[in-house]
Amino acid sequence: MIIAERKKLDEIRSLIGEDAEKVLVVGCGTCVTVCFAGGSREAQITASSLRMATKLDDKEGNGLDVTDVTVQRQCEWEYLDEIEEEIEEADVVLSLGCGIGVQAIVEHFPDKWVVPGLNTTFLGLPSQQGIWEERCAACGDCVLGITGGICPIARCSKSLLNGPCGGSEDGHCEIDPEVPCAWQLIYDRLSSQGRLDMLLTLQTPKNWSTSRDGGPRKIVREDLFLEEEA
Amino acid sequence: MTAIENNNGYLVGSNLEKLLKAGHFAVTGELGPPQSADAEVIREKAGLLKGYVDGVNITDNQTAIVRMSSIGAGTIVVQEGLEPIIQMTCRDRNRLAIQSDLLGAYALGMRNLLCLSGDHQRFGNHPNSKNVFDIDSLQMVRMVAEMRDGCIFQCGDQFKGIEPRFFVGAASAPFADPIDFRPYRLAKKVKAGADFIQTQLVYDVAAFEEFMEKVRELGLHEQTYILAGVGPLKSAGMARYMKNNVPGILVPDEIINRMKAVDEPWAGKGKDEMTSEDKRARSKARKEEGIQVCIDLINELREIEGVAGVHIMAIEWEEAVKPIVKGAGLYPRPVVEEKVAA
Repeated sequence: MIIAERKKLDEIRSLIGEDAEKVLVVGCGTCVTVCFAGGSREAQITASSLRMATKLDDKEGNGLDVTDVTVQRQCEWEYLDEIEEEIEEADVVLSLGCGIGVQAIVEHFPDKWVVPGLNTTFLGLPSQQGIWEERCAACGDCVLGITGGICPIARCSKSLLNGPCGGSEDGHCEIDPEVPCAWQLIYDRLSSQGRLDMLLTLQTPKNWSTSRDGGPRKIVREDLFLEEEA
Repeated sequence: MTAIENNNGYLVGSNLEKLLKAGHFAVTGELGPPQSADAEVIREKAGLLKGYVDGVNITDNQTAIVRMSSIGAGTIVVQEGLEPIIQMTCRDRNRLAIQSDLLGAYALGMRNLLCLSGDHQRFGNHPNSKNVFDIDSLQMVRMVAEMRDGCIFQCGDQFKGIEPRFFVGAASAPFADPIDFRPYRLAKKVKAGADFIQTQLVYDVAAFEEFMEKVRELGLHEQTYILAGVGPLKSAGMARYMKNNVPGILVPDEIINRMKAVDEPWAGKGKDEMTSEDKRARSKARKEEGIQVCIDLINELREIEGVAGVHIMAIEWEEAVKPIVKGAGLYPRPVVEEKVAA
């Protein structure tokens, strides 16, 4: 899933700016709910934090008018239709969705000023309660079949295809003792599966055109088009 | 006439290749370009190394700190009559930039290349930068070998005219983890086309001998020239630091103790009790022992079957190379006469 974390309140306040009077915080019920960054609970907390902070800082004790609402999936326009009224009333929309959610609101409500409340960080999983780790770089040409199911693109600091480099020590990466060496993991996995010979193949340069390097990506599935759109 | 028709049986005909091919025990050094545009620094360092090494590695923004480019510095080294071994990392350049820079480097007279992944930028002075890692070091070795042997760019396009002919090197870290895989990774580099290998610093000769045993089993020493990495220690503290903090470096206690023993005459004195004369004398003694340890290591390493030379890494201590090479009985450096083309 998409992992994100909330921006600091100061940054959120500066993004909202001085002129706004009514702010709508929009949470998302999917990935960012599961990673405790932008679900309904976080939307409520963020809204009340903004109300309190702006009230404390105002000479007359008038805080921002902040309300919150959470949709099931911010990245799909049909769910955004449900909150059209709330969005129209707000001066500024603070999205607690991932970067896709923010842009979905922008594209659906082009007249609105929308700012991000989260930093979208990576595609990953919770490795234990309270810890999330990156697992996929969405490179568009999956290599997991040749690396024992452990991704060196996302998990090796140098995205090496013929690793490990000389910086692997005691199972961790040279950049940080907290970071496991992806190639040690790959080696251990292939070793336990009796498939170490797979590592002897020289992997040729990767085709990065399927990755972000090929420009913004798009998938077209004509078989799924609805009649009237076809 | 293209270069390939005029190389007297050599792949490239660099001094390093000629000496290795003739069976001489090779000596390479290392030169770190300055963090400035000062050509004089390169000339001074080249002056300290000339005549004592067969080729000198010019580092490519080592430890991810911005320095004069390896090709720029290498051009000055060529002018000084010393043969550069250009280091090229995958960190800062994609396949377009690497190929383009190497065409330029060849045109400027460079003939040896060492292909590296590159230290992660996290360690350097621009930790917020974006890295490239479009290809890895093995893929670079293959790419450069194919440019030389097939006049072919990485994309598969054939090119006409003069091809860049590099004697292609790669690095090996015999003691990095997973240690059992290291000889096989070396095998992959050889398969990719590495003509020579320079290893990470070796202080533990017994462990290196074990590595070389595996290397010989795989027959790699007959397919590539392996230069063992050595470097003079400046103090017991430096030895301990490398042992504990640098991945892939083993320093046996015996060597740490040798470096520690040098400090004996000053051991009782606190930091404040040391006169500047004491400090100078201790520093001199430490350096002498560091150089002697390095000489002893070279003498042991050259006895190992399959070791074709040594790579002396004395960065920011280039003065040490001369006494090391002399002390190891490797001076003067041999010269291989040019065969006259028929």
